[in-house]
Amino acid sequence: MAKPTTPRASSAKKADAPAGADHNRPRPETPTDYKASKEELLEFYRQMVLIRRFEEKAGQLYGLGLIGGFCHLYIGQEAVAVGIQSALKPGKDSVITGYRDHGHMLAYGIDPKLIMAELTGREAGISRGKGGSMHMFSVEHKFYGGHGIVGAQVSLGAGLGFAHKYNDDGGVCVAYFGDGAANQGQVYESFNMAELWKLPIIFVIENNQYAMGTSVNRASSEDQLYRRGESFRIPGIQVDGMDVLAVRGATEEALKWVQGGNGPILLEMKTYRYRGHSMSDPAKYRSREEVQSMRDKSDPIEGVKKYLTEAGVSEDDIKAMDQEIRKIVAEAADFAETSPEPEMHELYTDVLVEQY
Amino acid sequence: MGIAIKMPALSPTMEEGTLAKWLVKEGDEVKSGDILAEIETDKATMEFEAVDEGKIGKIMISEGTEGVKVGTVIAEMAGEGGEVAPTPAPTAKADAKAEAPTKPEGGAAKLAAEAKPTVQDPAIPEGTEFVKTTVREALRDAMAEEMRRDERVFVMGEEVAEYQGAYKVTQGLLDEFGAKRVIDTPITEYGFAGIGAGAAMGGLRPVIEFMTFNFAMQAIDHIINSAAKTNYMSGGQMRCPIVFRGPNGAASRVGAQHSQNYGPWYAAVPGLIVIAPYDAADAKGLLKAAIRSEDPVVFLENELVYGRSFDVPKLDDHVLPIGKARIMKPGKDVTLVSYSIGVGLALDAAETLAGEGIDAEVIDLRTLRPLDTATVLESLKKTNRIVVVEEGWPTCSIASEIAAVVMEKGFDDLDAPVLRVTNEDVPLPYAANLEKAALIDAARVVDAAKKVCYK
Repeated sequence: MAKPTTPRASSAKKADAPAGADHNRPRPETPTDYKASKEELLEFYRQMVLIRRFEEKAGQLYGLGLIGGFCHLYIGQEAVAVGIQSALKPGKDSVITGYRDHGHMLAYGIDPKLIMAELTGREAGISRGKGGSMHMFSVEHKFYGGHGIVGAQVSLGAGLGFAHKYNDDGGVCVAYFGDGAANQGQVYESFNMAELWKLPIIFVIENNQYAMGTSVNRASSEDQLYRRGESFRIPGIQVDGMDVLAVRGATEEALKWVQGGNGPILLEMKTYRYRGHSMSDPAKYRSREEVQSMRDKSDPIEGVKKYLTEAGVSEDDIKAMDQEIRKIVAEAADFAETSPEPEMHELYTDVLVEQY
Repeated sequence: MGIAIKMPALSPTMEEGTLAKWLVKEGDEVKSGDILAEIETDKATMEFEAVDEGKIGKIMISEGTEGVKVGTVIAEMAGEGGEVAPTPAPTAKADAKAEAPTKPEGGAAKLAAEAKPTVQDPAIPEGTEFVKTTVREALRDAMAEEMRRDERVFVMGEEVAEYQGAYKVTQGLLDEFGAKRVIDTPITEYGFAGIGAGAAMGGLRPVIEFMTFNFAMQAIDHIINSAAKTNYMSGGQMRCPIVFRGPNGAASRVGAQHSQNYGPWYAAVPGLIVIAPYDAADAKGLLKAAIRSEDPVVFLENELVYGRSFDVPKLDDHVLPIGKARIMKPGKDVTLVSYSIGVGLALDAAETLAGEGIDAEVIDLRTLRPLDTATVLESLKKTNRIVVVEEGWPTCSIASEIAAVVMEKGFDDLDAPVLRVTNEDVPLPYAANLEKAALIDAARVVDAAKKVCYK
């Protein structure tokens, strides 16, 4: 792999212009890998390791019964949220995702303590313990959750895009969804209106290859998901979602397209989750070897580590950062375990905003 | 520093499991992601991965052991230079379980009691002119006034703009406010309900029109899961101030799929406001209040009432309180409780009853959630008899809810059982005679009222 400071041929695949009358339509450029500075690489590494350690700890706390219900871990997919959100302006651009949402919150710099305390259902949690793993929000950061119904965030995201356009605030919405959600009808209803009204939105399919236990080609007649917007005239780009620089590069191109008033764009991030769909998934639908092979060959964190070494960052510096992150995560876990559960009266608050 | 490896909970319901097989032995070096053991849960056999790096110390629970409680120490591991904090004892879970939530006295009813209990319709100044207005025009005027007042308000739906509204409710809005704020959608209810909810989360004030509420079943996920639950799930951080409106209930000869009252459906959902007005003044005053509310509102209109004219006060800003019933006609012998189109039938019935010497009080609930039970119970104290009139199915209806509330809180005031006058419990038929037989009418209300008056 070449040094990050020198451009290399990107592995990004762009949907071919379809044959027919509209083949002359303008299309986005083929993205190139992002040229990150040493500082930026360090920051990517820090965020990705933070997500991984945080999620490992969440898994551990789940095993101890401190986290209940459903808990979907982001391990393996770290490069996607970090690569994309590093290109956004928090407080201006908006982000919305499904229930696998811890990583996206961490990538937006939201305090790990508040996230972990939400996982353990404590008063100090970001949703005051009333949302849980799947329902976390930070309106301050324009992070709109945290949605449990597969695909709902795509329509809601189109609504956020609508609000950006209505207010003419220059913001762009990023709506993440999985390869499973990509088969929901409302996704296509939203594609249609988003393109029709040229809404400023980047649709991001996090294709981690399995919708719960069903692989993409067992569920999708068109398994090249970046083509899924074509019949709505939404251009698509397939991206190596295990490489944070490829992700960031594609996001830059997508932002250029959307901010240029061209309407939405679709990014398919080819990624992989190492863990089960949720904590209770025995993952019998894929082999142990498949997972191990992804970890060995394509791990996004190992990838950045390599870039860092090439950029002259020492092993000791990396190790120091690892230690620092372990400490942050341990503190978050400690906070989440020791802070109190919500007061009983919270059961009845926030049902409605107003009193009638 | 040693780390205790504990029996993990591998599913939301697991309390114990079988340690089927150890895949490591004492003295093995493991790293994060290595499988330590296979554990049989109540659902499946799961692989249990190491989270930390280190060397396996003592194995305390041998393989094949059944009924190992979650949290039991199954092995010890020597950590990497003490950098990993010891895993905590899982006491918090036990505590959390032991402390079952005790429901405070009154529950949601307590909250309702804390709400403004004495709120009344604003007094209409003496000398105010009243203008005959159709419900259709009143609804349009409400939207137009709120759009003039607040730039964030927009109207979206099928045929709301260029067609001027499938039922002409949005007539003229496109001309005044333009295509940015009056938006025709494709036929795509699920999609535009979601776009509306997302826009509300993003700070706008959408008014989403469903051509009829029958089609909103396609979108009900966003009304309930996205709009109604957001404020609660976010701990009050994220709001969804949106109005979903359109005609509801039976129209005329349009068959089963286009004829249904969804009032009871939405009224069952905490987090929603549900309004179902009858006359033009209430339609206007309540729609304006709905658009201003910080909460998601389902606003149920009725196609058969759109064309009826009523007196509407000519005021600059006619806004009515949400959650307050209205006494349409005072009386002392029997209380007729209704909403939407049923109110007209109840008023007709009251007129007939008056001719037979029965003085009926007619209450229009106006809001179905929160329900103004105080007004109903107050009336019951006076009349001791209640008939609920509802153009909708009987089972799990608003009428059922009123009957339950009266049983719980007004039992001693009852001189007769609560009766429900509702549609027949069948899908609405097309044939004219069958449709007529399936729907409520004033005669049935009269019969029920006489029955509870033992006349």
